[in-house]
Amino acid sequence: MEDFCAKFVSQKISKTRWRPLPPGSLQTAETFATGSWDNEENYVSLWSIGDFGNVDSDGGFEGEHQLLCDIKHHGDVMDLQFFDQERIVTASSTGCVTVFLHHPNNQTLSVSQQWTTAHYHTGPGSPSRSNAPCTGVVCDNPEIVTVGEDGRINLFRADHKEAVRTIDNADSSTLHAVTFLRTPEILTVNSIGQLKIWDFRKQGNEPSQILSLTGDRVPLHCVDRHPNQQHVVATGGQDGMLSIWDVRQGTMPVSLLKAHEAEMWEVHFHPSNPDHLFTCSEDGSLWHWDASTDVPEKSSLFNQGVRSSTFLSHSISNQANVHQSLISSWLSTDPAKDRIEITSLLPSRTLSVNSLDVLGPCLVCGTDAEAIYVTRQLFS
Amino acid sequence: MEELDGEPTVTLIPGVNSKKKQMCFDWGPGEMLVCETTFNKKENSETVPGCPFIYIIRKDIDVYSQILRKLFNESHGIFVGLQRIEEELTGKSRKAQLVRVSKNYRSVIRACMEEMHQAAVAAKDPASGRQFSSQVSILSAMELIWNLCEILFIEVAPAGPLLLHLLDWVRLHVCEVDSLLADVLGSENPSKHESFWNLVTILVLQGRLDEARQMLSKEADVSPSSAGMCRVLGDLMRTMPVLSPGNTQTLTELELKWQHWHEECERHLQDGTFASSPHLECLCKIMLGDEAALLEQKELLNNWYHFLVTRLLYSHPTVKPIDLHFYAQSSLDLFLGGESSPEPLDNILMAAFEFDIHQVIKECSIALSNWWFVAHLTDLLDHCKLLQSHNLYFGSNMREFLLLEYASGLFAHHSLWQLGVDYFDYCPELGRVSLELHIERIPLSTEQKALKVLRICEQRQMTEQVRSICKILAMKAVRNNRLGSALSWSIRAKDAAFATLVSDRWNQSLLALGGLLGSWEAQDCRSDLWARPCRFLRDYCERGCFSDLDLIDNLGPAMMLSDRLTFLGESLGSVPWTFGTVVGCGGGRCCLDFSRVFFLLSPNSKPHRALCARLCKAYFLVTFPINFKSKEKRCKSRLRIKKLPCPLYPDSPFTYCLICFIILRFLGNSLKGSWRLCSPFLINT
Repeated sequence: MEDFCAKFVSQKISKTRWRPLPPGSLQTAETFATGSWDNEENYVSLWSIGDFGNVDSDGGFEGEHQLLCDIKHHGDVMDLQFFDQERIVTASSTGCVTVFLHHPNNQTLSVSQQWTTAHYHTGPGSPSRSNAPCTGVVCDNPEIVTVGEDGRINLFRADHKEAVRTIDNADSSTLHAVTFLRTPEILTVNSIGQLKIWDFRKQGNEPSQILSLTGDRVPLHCVDRHPNQQHVVATGGQDGMLSIWDVRQGTMPVSLLKAHEAEMWEVHFHPSNPDHLFTCSEDGSLWHWDASTDVPEKSSLFNQGVRSSTFLSHSISNQANVHQSLISSWLSTDPAKDRIEITSLLPSRTLSVNSLDVLGPCLVCGTDAEAIYVTRQLFS
Repeated sequence: MEELDGEPTVTLIPGVNSKKKQMCFDWGPGEMLVCETTFNKKENSETVPGCPFIYIIRKDIDVYSQILRKLFNESHGIFVGLQRIEEELTGKSRKAQLVRVSKNYRSVIRACMEEMHQAAVAAKDPASGRQFSSQVSILSAMELIWNLCEILFIEVAPAGPLLLHLLDWVRLHVCEVDSLLADVLGSENPSKHESFWNLVTILVLQGRLDEARQMLSKEADVSPSSAGMCRVLGDLMRTMPVLSPGNTQTLTELELKWQHWHEECERHLQDGTFASSPHLECLCKIMLGDEAALLEQKELLNNWYHFLVTRLLYSHPTVKPIDLHFYAQSSLDLFLGGESSPEPLDNILMAAFEFDIHQVIKECSIALSNWWFVAHLTDLLDHCKLLQSHNLYFGSNMREFLLLEYASGLFAHHSLWQLGVDYFDYCPELGRVSLELHIERIPLSTEQKALKVLRICEQRQMTEQVRSICKILAMKAVRNNRLGSALSWSIRAKDAAFATLVSDRWNQSLLALGGLLGSWEAQDCRSDLWARPCRFLRDYCERGCFSDLDLIDNLGPAMMLSDRLTFLGESLGSVPWTFGTVVGCGGGRCCLDFSRVFFLLSPNSKPHRALCARLCKAYFLVTFPINFKSKEKRCKSRLRIKKLPCPLYPDSPFTYCLICFIILRFLGNSLKGSWRLCSPFLINT
């Protein structure tokens, strides 16, 4: 069982993100940012884990993460991403998109750039603009893409005052999350179970491709792309179902995996070990999915905290034409051959786990129970 | 009805002069709104501006403490874990579990106390430092009481081990000695340290005889004259029979040995072994349990319960639980010596020694500033099956009553409401209705928050609330031209009629919405209030546009009316509406609309959701903001107030009736007139 360190922080945590490591660095992650929601005053905070590696003999609190600095954030922090080593981009429930700059010298945060009405409604009932929450943000230096409840997609560029590109009414329902597919293509998920691919090279307000869940139109809340195989995409839905998609073929998911009991808030492939996937949910659980094929046949039934996955997968497209060796372990749909080991990471159920992030052997997650959990021995 | 246990304290609100001006007030669940009013004083009404401020008075300020939030969150996890303890566990394993839970609670209190202490030390201005320090002492008292309750009620230690537990209890809470010990041992010549004898005495008083012996040997090393005496006393300390946890000796054996030891001590004293050293003689007297000698050490004992435990240790080491209260009472009397009267903490501890659980909880409720402590302690004791179903006259048992109070306090807080849900879940009698009524008041600022509230309702099959939330969000989406969102919300509401309508006729979506409203109208057959928005929509569908943009505003508030409030429509049916409309407090959700209105009423005050949703007991509070510029008589004649029947729980008078409403009336279109709140009307059902 992983060694988790929990700390109560007196604010409900909506987002947690590791600061990216400088390229070529061999260190493990040490600093992460969090955003809070639903407080009277919300904050963006930076935390550091001191000498976590050498846990002192009396098992003291040395490894606990310490607050480096924080700054007030107007509205709930709906999403948060590191733009680069020093800059953090946040999405606010007020429709504002802010870039914060971290000054390592005196450990402070300051606002370096702000687009105040990035997202807004223009309904018949409100002739003037009313703010709409910005629900998702994704960065790929120098570009920032945001989506919101107003169904708008904005493309910003750092150091540009105005949006570089705006797709008004890109979606008639709420866009919940966004990710880069391959520049300049992005992928969005919405509240009627659709996954849309947008190409910024194309003019007009039409997506280049639409994929969707059949039947129930279950809202999708999160999306992540496989780090190496860019056509493999994982999404999490309102019913807690994990869907794996192959955007090259078909308009339906390759497999549907029954997972959490409530909304899946985030899904992340492990950035350097993509056979591992992590999900968290409103039901208060945090799961580690291990699809690496070299897993020896474990007696998983007797392993505490491990449950074997229930496959609801339907072989949608016959994949005989694809070389077996090249298929990602996530796309193979033979439940008998490949098992996915699922481990529940948090010791006890709590309130909703809103966000998680993985980097190397480190994982951080934040909950509505106002606790931040950190582990630095993920695969030990 | 029981009598009041004490006079309620008077709270002065700075800035409000109740002698000069009339005041009006309004209840919220955890807070109260107070403002000045010039109602009925016509001579002033034109010159003096209305109330410039509305004061929010919070009852449970502890909920707003940043550090205590950690206590609430962490103990929430323990609470939920405790509720899931398997009922099958019996006997020892169950008791061990419960003791562990109790220790977990205590460790959370201690962690919180330490953090509060650090905050007090680090505080920049003395006022906040004092505040933190007073919180520390409250937390420390809470832990003290909890620990004693744990020993007496949960652990149920029998004679023998009981005293060991009590000693631990005293050692844990009179902990200055440890720093003193380090101080003395750290000095160059410990036995010449000014506090040396104080330290030895405290160690003996706390029964830490091994450490006391070591200190004596230090004294013996430097002063050969008293070395012999020190050795004798050290031997007495060493040979004092004590019950060790792993030992199998019986109580009778122990008592016999102890009696011998006691006689030996007495002999030494009478022989004058220690006559030449008053310090050592005093220690020997203490070890004999000499009350006068003990009372001389009042300063070092700090408090009467320390005195009690020391007294028991050296004169009644095998005290039985039933006899405790007798010794406790006499110790308290001896210690205070008629000089001062017992404080609340003394009364609480005394009640515990008397095994009067109800009295402990009652005194704690009065003395402590939050419900956290009593709610959790009572719940734990209830799991120990210690509270016979002591039914209160207002319908639920004490555990449930306290949990409801605590959870309501959490719901009053801006962001702790999620914790409250689980507490309501474990209140079998009134938890469900309380949750239903509280959950409606959560402001839904973003869809994500709405989803969380919705999930809570769905998990508990609160279909009515699910439907109402989805409807509100669907209508909000329609107002913002977000038809896809409207569709997804209607799907969530499992509103089949709407879903088919919208998806089948996507191009004619507005028409479909008209149909939807019709279908909702049909479902809410009692709801004549629906007629109005429906008419607007039908207009829209026929003519393609609204004749008056303002009309669309009517859709919003009317949406929030749940059928529970329809009786209101009946009673006010004759009132002609102009701009505003009847707004039901289906929750803080209407606060968007409210804050706007509220702002007009009182531009200097911050919009607050307590205005629009209130708790009251078997009453309805109706507040009328009235435009004083228009003729008052006219207003009154138009608003006929009927005695409203309580639609919810007519048979339980204590039940919170959350339904309350504000009727906003905008007379004429002048928004610049002087607006003020006039006294609320109390309508007793």
